[in-house]
Parts: sequence; C-alpha cells; structure tokens
Amino acid sequence: MLTFILRRLLVAIPTILILIVISFVLMFAAPGGPFNAERPLPPDVMANIEARYGLDQPYAVQIFNYVKNIVLHFDFGPSFKYRDQTVSGLIAQGFPVTLTYGTWAFAVAVVFGVALGVVAAVRQNTWVDYLATGSAIGASVLPNFVLGPLLVLVFTLWLGWLPAGGWYGGQWQYVILPVAALATSYLAAIARIMRSSMLEVMNSGFIRTARAKGLPMRRIILRHALKPAILPVLSYLGPAFVAMITGSVVVDVFFSTGGIGQYFVNAALNRDYSVIMGVTILVGVLTIVFNLLVDILYAWIDPKIRY
Amino acid sequence: MALTDPATEASRTATRPEKGRSLWTDARRRFLRNRAATAALAVLVLIAIFAFGGGFVAQYERDYVDFTLIGINASKGVPSFETGHYFGTDAEGRDLFARTVQGTRLSLLIGIVGSLVAVVVGTLYGAISGYLGGRVDSVMMRIVDILMSIPFMFVLILLLVIFGRSLLMLFIGIGLISWLGMARIARGQTLTIKNKEFVEAAIATGVRPLTIILRHIVPNLLGIVVVYATLLIPEMIIYESFISFLGLGVQEPNTSLGSLISSGASQVLNGGGEPWQLYFPLFFFVATLFAFFFVGDGLRDALDPKDR
Amino acid sequence: MAVRSTFRAASLLALLATGAMAQATHPETGDPLAENQTFSWRILDEVPTLDPGLIEDVDSGSIARQLFEGLYNQDAQGNIVPGVALDHTLSEDGLTYTFNLRPEARWSNGEPVTANDFVYAWRRAADPATASPYSWYIDLMKVAGAAEVVAGEAAPDTLGVRAVDDHTLEVTLTQPIPYFPQMVTHYTTYPVLQSNIEEHGDAWTQPGNMVSNGAYVLSERVPQERTVVTRNENYWDNANTVLNEVSFLIINDENQGLTRWIAGELDATDVPIGQFPRLKEEYPEEVHAVPNLCTYYYAINVRPDSDPALLDVRVREALNLAIDRDVIVNSILAAGQLPAYTLAHPATAGYEVPEVPIATMTQEERNTRAQELLAEAGFGPEGEPLTFEIIYNTDQAHQQLAVAIGQMWKQTLGVETTLANQEWQTFLDTRREGNFQIARAAWCADYNEASTFLDLMTADNESNDPRYENPEYDALMEESRTAADPQPLYTQAEEMLARDMPILPIYFYAKDFMLDASIKGYAFENAQENWYAKDMYRIAQE
Repeated sequence: MLTFILRRLLVAIPTILILIVISFVLMFAAPGGPFNAERPLPPDVMANIEARYGLDQPYAVQIFNYVKNIVLHFDFGPSFKYRDQTVSGLIAQGFPVTLTYGTWAFAVAVVFGVALGVVAAVRQNTWVDYLATGSAIGASVLPNFVLGPLLVLVFTLWLGWLPAGGWYGGQWQYVILPVAALATSYLAAIARIMRSSMLEVMNSGFIRTARAKGLPMRRIILRHALKPAILPVLSYLGPAFVAMITGSVVVDVFFSTGGIGQYFVNAALNRDYSVIMGVTILVGVLTIVFNLLVDILYAWIDPKIRY
Repeated sequence: MALTDPATEASRTATRPEKGRSLWTDARRRFLRNRAATAALAVLVLIAIFAFGGGFVAQYERDYVDFTLIGINASKGVPSFETGHYFGTDAEGRDLFARTVQGTRLSLLIGIVGSLVAVVVGTLYGAISGYLGGRVDSVMMRIVDILMSIPFMFVLILLLVIFGRSLLMLFIGIGLISWLGMARIARGQTLTIKNKEFVEAAIATGVRPLTIILRHIVPNLLGIVVVYATLLIPEMIIYESFISFLGLGVQEPNTSLGSLISSGASQVLNGGGEPWQLYFPLFFFVATLFAFFFVGDGLRDALDPKDR
Repeated sequence: MAVRSTFRAASLLALLATGAMAQATHPETGDPLAENQTFSWRILDEVPTLDPGLIEDVDSGSIARQLFEGLYNQDAQGNIVPGVALDHTLSEDGLTYTFNLRPEARWSNGEPVTANDFVYAWRRAADPATASPYSWYIDLMKVAGAAEVVAGEAAPDTLGVRAVDDHTLEVTLTQPIPYFPQMVTHYTTYPVLQSNIEEHGDAWTQPGNMVSNGAYVLSERVPQERTVVTRNENYWDNANTVLNEVSFLIINDENQGLTRWIAGELDATDVPIGQFPRLKEEYPEEVHAVPNLCTYYYAINVRPDSDPALLDVRVREALNLAIDRDVIVNSILAAGQLPAYTLAHPATAGYEVPEVPIATMTQEERNTRAQELLAEAGFGPEGEPLTFEIIYNTDQAHQQLAVAIGQMWKQTLGVETTLANQEWQTFLDTRREGNFQIARAAWCADYNEASTFLDLMTADNESNDPRYENPEYDALMEESRTAADPQPLYTQAEEMLARDMPILPIYFYAKDFMLDASIKGYAFENAQENWYAKDMYRIAQE
C-alpha cells in the first residue's frame, strides 16, 4: 500500500506539469489578453506593460519561468487584472471561504444524501421510497441560480432572518445561505447513487443469507450492507468534494462571499493568466489527492481490490 | 490472448438477440409494474409531444417582437388565450409559448446527447481502465484528472474561434465534459466487479478481455450508469446556458430552457418583473427532471440482474 | 420599506460599537444628522488597483477619489473647486501653469503635501517602468516631454513638471489646452508619497501600508467582498467631513445588488435593465437617473473588403432610419436615456448637439424614407434580400436591443438579421480585426469635452472599429484642437458622420441608481459622476 501511495505521488509531478503546459497552450491560443480593453492601449504603453509582466517573452520561456518560480520560490506571480494582489494572496484570502462553506455543504449533502438513499433502498417502491427520492430530487431540482435568489427572497426579504450577501469573516449568518444553495444540488445525486448501489447490495447473496438467518434489519444495514454500498458513492464524492471546496461561481458571485469559485470563470473571462494558472493548479492538486484518497478507501473497504 | 474461432464468435452473436429479448421483456415487465416510473414516463412523453408538436399550436413565430407590448409587459403581455400569447410574452416582447416549445426541444436534445456520450464513452473508458488496471489504469485515470482540472472555458472559446458556432459544436462542447465523472464511477465499480467469481470464471475459460468487459462488466454497471446518466441531464441543460454565454451554441432567436430560466429569474426574484417569465420555463425544466429521475430509478430497478 | 428599517437598526448597533460620535446638524444646510454616518456603495467587481498612477477604470477611480486629493476637486455640478491647489496663474502663451498649493495640506501620516509629491506622481505615472495603462493621460494633458517619456525615449525627470518650492508647482505644456484645469481633477494626477511607495513596493496599496492625502484612509480590503475607507484625521478639511466610513461592496450581479438594497444592506446600487419604471413607482424618492457621458452605437464595417451592401451608403442610411429610438429609450430601457442621432453626448460641457435631418422626422417619415432608399439601392422586398449579422458581447441589455433592432429592420425593411453574442475578449478581438458586419459599441468620455467622442472616428484612432477614413474629417478634428471656439467644427464633423454613416448612434446613456433617502449631498449634476464622500452626509430620519 505504501509503495502504491508513493508511486501515485510521484506520478502526480508529471501530471501537474502536463496540466500546466496544456493550460498555458489553451490560454495563449485563445483570443484576447489580460490588457485588452475597449480602449486599446497605445502600442508604447502596451509594450511597457507586457515587458513588466514578461509577456513579451517566447511562450516556452514564459512557461519555464512560471514553473521555475513555483519550484524555487513557491511564487505564483501577481494577478494581471487585480494589480494590487498576488495570486497567492487572492487564494489565501478566498480559499478559506470556499473551504468553509464547501465543507459544510459537503457534510450536509453526504449525511442527508446517504440517509435518504438508504431509506429509499430499504423500502424500495413503497411510499417511503417515493417520498425520500422525491424530496431529495425536490431539493436539488432548482438550478442554483434560481435557488439562490429564492432563498434570499424568503429568508431575507420576507422573513428578514438572514443577510443576502457578504461574508464578514465567515460569521454563521453569512454562511447558511451559501451552504444551502451549494449542498442541495449534490444531495440528490448522492441520495440516488446511494439508493441504486444499496439496492444492488441488498439483493446480493450474503445479505440474503444474513436476512435468512434472521439478523435484525438495522444491524444488517449498518454492519454489512453500508460498507460495500458506499463504494460507488465514493467515486462520485472524490471529484464532488474538490468541486465543493473550490467553491461555485454562482454562489460566490451571488452572495459576494469573496471565495475563489468565481475566479474559475472571471479570471478566464479577464484572461488573467496567472490567476487562472493558480486556481487550475489548486484544483489539479486537490483532484489528484482526493482521487488517491478514494482509491485508498476503496482498497480498505474492499481488500480484494488490487491496483 | 485466446484465438477466437470465427464460427463460435458468429454463433455467439447469433444467440445474443434471443437472450437479449428475454432479458428486455423481463425488464419491461418489471418497469411497467413500477407505478412511479410509468407515470414519469407518461409525463416525459407529454413533454416530448409539447416540445415537438407545440409549434403547430403557437400563434406567433418565436422571433416576432410585438412592439406594442414591449415595456408594458406587466399589463399587456400577460398569459392569455385571447391575445394568443398562451404563456405571455418575454422581456423582449416575444411569444413565450413559442419560445418555451423551442427551448424545451433543444434542452431535451442537449440533455439526452450529453448523457448518451457519458454513458457510451464514460462507461467504456472507465470499464477498460478499471479492468486492465496497473499502468494502463494509472495513465487513463491521470488523463481524466488532467481533463477535470484544465480551464475548460478556453477549450470552448477555442472551439468557437476555430470552428465557428453551430449546434454540432455545442454538442461537442457538452460531450467533451460530460463523460469524465462517469468514467471515474464506472472504473471504481469495475474494480470490485472484476474480482467476482463469474469474471474470474470467464478469465479462466480464456474469454478475451474486451468480451469480458462488454459481456460481463458493463451489464453489471448498468444500474449505476442509468442513475448517473439521469443526474447528468439537468447538469447538461444548465451547462448549455454557460456555453451559450461564451458564444458557442444556442444563439438568439433560438433559446433553451436554461437561458429562459436565467433571464426569467433575474427579472422576477427581487419582487418585480413578470412572474410567468420564470414559472413557465421552470415548470417544464422541473417536470422534465422529475420524470427523468423516476424513469431512471425505474430503469435501474428493472435492469438489476439480481433483483428478481 | 419595512424590511429596510430592520436592517438599519442592525447597522446602528454596529456603529455604536465603534464608538463614533454623532453630530447634531450639518454645518451648512442645517439638516439634522443621523448618528450613523456611514455610506455603502455597490461596485461591480474587485477594483484592479488603488494606485492612482495605475488606475484605468471608473470604480477604482471612485475609491481613489475618497483616498487622495488632486490639485483641484469638482463640485456637485462638475465645476472645479480648490483641492490641494488654491489657485493657479497662466502664462501669456498659455503654456505654463503655476499652481499655488495649500500649505496646510497633510498626508495621513502627518507629513505636509508638497509640490514634489505631485512631481513624483506625474513622473511615475508616465515612467515606462511603472507600466501604467493610463500613462497616456499625461500625454493627453500635453505636458511637455510626456510622449517621449512614455515611449521610453527620454528619462522621466525630463517631464515638464517642476516644484518651484514646497508649495508652488509649475507645469509646462506643448500646446495650450483651454480645459487643462479640468484635467487635473483626474485620478492619474493625484499626488503619491514617494517614501511610502519605496518602503512597501507593490504592497503599498494594502490597508495599513497606504498613506494618502484625501478625506479618507484605506482601512479594510477583502478581495471580491468589500473595501472600506474611514475618516482621515489629518485631512486639512477634516472638520467639515461628515461621513465617518464609506464601504464599497462588491456585488457582481445587479439584480442581487437591488435585492440587497431593498433589504437595506447598502445605500446605493444600480438599477437593472427594465426595472426602472417599477422602482420609480415603488421608491419614487430613491431612484435616480442622471446623464452619463457615454454613447451607445452600432459600428458598421466599412472596410473595403466588407459586405458590398454595407458599403452602399443608402443601405446604411436605411438601417439607421429604421431604428425606432423612441421605442428603445421609452419602452425597452425606459430609464432616462436619450435617443441619439449623433455621436457626442449632449451633456458634454460646452457642446451643443447639431440638428441633423433625421432627428426632426417622425418615425413614419423615417420608415418611408428608409424603404425608398433600400429600394433605390436595389435591395429589400423587391430587390436582393439582405441578411446581416449583429455581434455583441454577452449581456442581457445588449441582447434585448439587438433583438429589437433586428426586428425593426425585419418588420420595416425586410432585412434579416442573425445575432451572435461573444464573450468579451473574443468580441473585442473580432471587432478589432474587422471580422464583423455590424457590431455593438459604446464610448464613454475620458474627459468632459466633445473631442473625446469625435476623435473616435479619425483615421488613426485605434477604437475606430468601423474603419471610417475620411481626410476631411481628420482635418476638422485637427483644426478644432487649437480653435478658439471649436463648436462650429464639431457641428461640421457630426454632420459629416450623419452623412457617411459609419456608425448608427442609438442612445445616450443615463446612469440609473437607487440611493437611500437619508443620504444627501450626492453630486447628481456632475456629468462625469465624480462624487466626493466628504461632501455627503446622512440625515436623521424620524
């Protein structure tokens, strides 16, 4: 197992390098640039700015310098659009925000999703199943750009209980609505994958044997069925967790949380090359780490698995 | 590597439809027994009739702007049978009924294409990766990791710049992203399935890996695949409005449920605007999703080989 | 309204916690003042920078205007009033300005503001090493040597700005500019403190580091959430500053901005398209529409390789005539915009909109004339069918207009249009490369003078996206630069544009926004929207 983990971590290095190169190629190939504006800059001025940010260098040199600065100084450079900020600064400020609401949303989605999925599976095709599945779907059926405004309409404008936006260091009243808006879309997915795989497990030989032996249902589910049934959910949860803690552009933009979710879209629209690379590498590293974690959990839950 | 005798291979193919037929009849019977699933299927059929036949009922073209209604939407553009604007007009003074019909049609197509690509590409990719394991698995999964992390917007922008916009490009844009999650799930499931007795038995009798994957692994993945595919439908419908935002894909006067909902939502939810502009398209979106979800669960139950 | 007051109570509590002292009445107007002297304003996006030398956008400028003070300020009408400079003298030849600086002006660290701070700031803005996207502004002011410094051909210290003594600043120009005193209200000309910048480097604009000379100092900056400035105790006119704290809240979505305004979470926000009439009814006292020096127009590609139909001026004129501007400004936008038949905004200082023929016709007359012209050119219902593509950057408002205009052309002229939205950077690229037939465009004034608009259509202007090239037009604009009264030349230029029609002007902007009724002193009549928080205050409400 240890060699497996070490090997995977070793493979991560070329993976990240390939990711960096592909991303740079895509960025350079796309039309526009960080300093293009409605009013084109005079050529002299443009030349000064490009020289300042090293954009006048050949593409290969730019990529090399970028990697070099990360390896030697852990320096991800200044933001091209937000000139007062560095990429590390923006991420250091925004990542804790999305990590906070993302983790809460994840916890909510997993707890309720798994519970609803199990209940629905155990009472397959009864009203309990329909109610559980229906409510899981109902929670997530609204796209989050509709759900967000709706939550604000109800909890801010009508009830006056919660503020409609801002973060203010993550005080609880500012966290609730973003968590609600983010969690629901994942909840249904988890519930339905859980239901599906739970059904498969419940119909398998060893559970039937256990039931035939007259073991109590609760014990069968908790002791025997849950563990194998959770496997496919895990495959889904790895990437889902990364997506949640890196935030959602809709949530960040709508609730003005200051999280990093918005940079995935805005930085790309602004052609803010350094910020794009920063968040891309962050997602890349997290994806690799959490997919590795999922694989480890797989092997732990099902010892027969060999990679 | 077992050499296959062409004759046995042919006979095997020949027997497949028969086996398939009984499996399918079985599945159909079980599906129809499921009341929620059959009701959902009926709803889906109705929505499809609306999306493909609604155009005959519409009184207006979807791009016709009624300048007498623009700006006074709230009083005159309300849904009404007398004016022929069954669903009222949109913010630009166009008939919302005709637009919802066309938007539903397009979004249905997008959802179905997106999940089909995911099912075919994602399942096969994941099953192959998981079954072969080792170095192949490692490389194939690192490719997925990379594709999950690259700034995908630039891929879409480049598709637009290089190929121009068209419906095909929209489908390609959707297809490119939809299969990644499916691949990971299919691969994870394959890892456990390939240790099962029946797979080991097949290996022992010298069946070719591709045949094992197609005949033994994939059928056992179907349950989760169907469920996940229906989950992708709403995701893809919403994702389309983002792709269109970049300029690739649906262009005015064409529309989709995603863009109808987002323009309706922006008008309505701070207390003003014309509520029907949100509610009609949202109704069709929600109804479609509910229907697909229940049909998906029903299909899953019907296809479950062990659930007899 | 009920909801708004509950949140008011919450912010009042917050204020008590900070221990701010209340003033009873406003020193000039005598209005009773609220205890809570805070103000919050919505901005679209995290501001790129607060370094006056680097700023190029309106929102950054709005914050910097509270933090720094230039030679002159503007009053609520946009007239210049003393800032750090008390007054100035102008040499006979109109080339040398000598500003007398206020001796009591202080930086927020207590140091005096001197002429050297301006010299340093101006040199720094022009210096290629600073890499400022607005370095051309120094050149635009015609400061001697600016062009050479920006181009890197001369050292920054050759710039024509000099400290005669600590409180006398001398500026030499290459040519007389009548509106030069107006130009020194701009953020690029704000002073910055050399020792402060040298101490902190790029990080000098962070809270805690920044030393500024305006009525406020930077106290908080959370990227993509908010920026807060608080009273500068060392400001020379601190005694007359009423607001203690100004927050700039970043709210990307204008509808969400409105929701938060209704919820009472902020004092000012923009009105989303189409919402103005409703808000006018519900909040008559708090919704405002003021002129905004921008013009919205469609650029027609008139490059020689463009669509031959578009190169026919009759077709362009027919398209122009068939746009019903009244429907656009009254029914679609409906928020104080004005129909445009010419390029420069009517609220531009010292500028009179020339009366072009189309402006006085009724829409029926225009439509008839448009149909005649199109038929004459051999197109339209009886002639060759036409299809044009309109490109625009993705935005609800642009889309709404493109849909309406396309339909006007279709319903009046039988001309088909296809619409193509693009993401902003792709759009800019496409438009600049000339890969379009008709493109949405808009121009906002860089300074309050008509040439900022009319220069746009000169052959060497980089934003001349239609690629209109007319030596006569260029000659007119060249002549206007030194003319004692440029208005007749501007009239000729506008008439030339209305004749050749490289652009179809559509409407003149208005800025529509919600402003809490308790906030007074906002500069409604300042056409450049240069508002100063130090002139504003919050009145007590019963």
